[in-house]
Amino acid sequence: MSHHKIETKSLGYSYPDGHVAIKNISFSIHHGESVGIIGANGAGKSTLLMLLMGILFPNQGEILVGDVHVTKNTLSMIRQRLGMVFQDPDDQLFMTTIYDDVAFGPRNYRLDENEVEQRVMNALETVGISHLKERAPFKLSGGEKRAAAIAAVLSMEPDVLIMDEPTAALDPKSRRRLINLLKGFEHTKIITSHDLDMVLEVCKRIIVIKDGEIAADGNGEDILTNADLLDACGLEIPLALQNCPVCGVNKDKERWVK
Amino acid sequence: MNSMANFSNTLYNMGVMNDLARKDTPIHRIHPLAKVLTTFVYLLILVSFDRYEISGLLPLIFYPLLVFLFAELPAGPILKRILFVEPFIIGIGILNPFFDQEIVIIGGIALSRGWITFFSIFIKSGLAVTAGLLLMATTGMDKLAAALRLLKIPRLFVLQLLLTYRYISLLMEEVARTIRAYSLRAPTHKGVHRSAWGSLAGQLLLRTLDRAQRIYQAMCLRGFTGEYHTGEDAHMQWRDFIYVISWSIFFVIIRLYNIPMVIGALLMGVIR
Repeated sequence: MSHHKIETKSLGYSYPDGHVAIKNISFSIHHGESVGIIGANGAGKSTLLMLLMGILFPNQGEILVGDVHVTKNTLSMIRQRLGMVFQDPDDQLFMTTIYDDVAFGPRNYRLDENEVEQRVMNALETVGISHLKERAPFKLSGGEKRAAAIAAVLSMEPDVLIMDEPTAALDPKSRRRLINLLKGFEHTKIITSHDLDMVLEVCKRIIVIKDGEIAADGNGEDILTNADLLDACGLEIPLALQNCPVCGVNKDKERWVK
Repeated sequence: MNSMANFSNTLYNMGVMNDLARKDTPIHRIHPLAKVLTTFVYLLILVSFDRYEISGLLPLIFYPLLVFLFAELPAGPILKRILFVEPFIIGIGILNPFFDQEIVIIGGIALSRGWITFFSIFIKSGLAVTAGLLLMATTGMDKLAAALRLLKIPRLFVLQLLLTYRYISLLMEEVARTIRAYSLRAPTHKGVHRSAWGSLAGQLLLRTLDRAQRIYQAMCLRGFTGEYHTGEDAHMQWRDFIYVISWSIFFVIIRLYNIPMVIGALLMGVIR
């Protein structure tokens, strides 16, 4: 299914103030892959996501979704296929009820109201919050808001899910629920996060970004067990792979390398 | 500090009106546009009354009363909101008795004309606020916005209204957080010192702009092109037209004839 492929070719972007955020980034993500994009604060992760979604346009290089270039003319089509979940769900839930919010995308594409309802209910059931459909977004808990934001994107039935820090500000139980949910999705997933334990569980492939450039691109377990690489990029080995601080027992790294 | 918490609480409770709007009663089922138009005619008639008029105004209370009953709304939340506005109304009208001291005699009681205008303002504003609240509580913000769009109100204004409604609670939270952070590091100050006003307001503005931009991006990513769709059937039905027309006729009759006077005269005639 090559039409779901996302490809960037020597991508470069600098902000109007001259700050160079992205330098020469090339990668290609295939259908069904789950890719974690990690890096220190200010490494360029969020800028990269904005370039993929066509919120920003690159100064150099190009982005292809399937065989289509991301340009102003193709944005409507691109955005139907790529769904992005924002870091702060409040930025994304702007309607007065959850139902209307999840319906916002499908209605903008002028779908029939029956089809809209079906999609909304499917999306809400997938994330397990169909009982909240009549509630106002500002009355929900952090975990529920996150679920609603994901449903709002799922209702557009995208091929690719792009998420910016999906586990940020979630309590441990909500985080676990989210991880299980993400693992169940068959979409192509692109996830940026500092929660490396989550990335380790959800993403088979990891791209490490340092100062706007790709520092490493490869198998998730290989990268997340490479202490020197992570250290050089302002990161550290996921807690799940670190030795126990209380009893000093060595973690069985083999468990992760399947 | 406390008052700020109360204020954001009040705003938080604004959602109650929207919750009420999801009830299913004969009034709720009326097309939003019909309700907007009826409210509009009501307000027009209301403000067209002379400022010395009181008795002629009184029959206008039937409209909010009937809507209130048929929409099965709870009295508490609505009354609380009307009371919330009353101090402002009193503030506007309270000087009238001092400026306009000409004496008139009504039913044997000598009253300055200022007091009459004050009561007139008081009743008019109270009814206007009630009509607005009832419109909100029987229609809901989303449908209200859709109705405004049907009236060809520019979409920019309608969106502005909707987003303000949605995000005012977040803005208030942000204000509350900022002030809390300030007061924790300035424990001896009462309130915010004027030297910090500028930067505080500036910070809030910048954060608001940032958020506005992110919200706009989120909307664009989900196919937003400036038009706002609620998925409702856009057409008014005959019962919606009847609703608007019969209320309008009722309002106009009230405007043309002073009903309490007419009834009074009739009764007097019968007694004689």
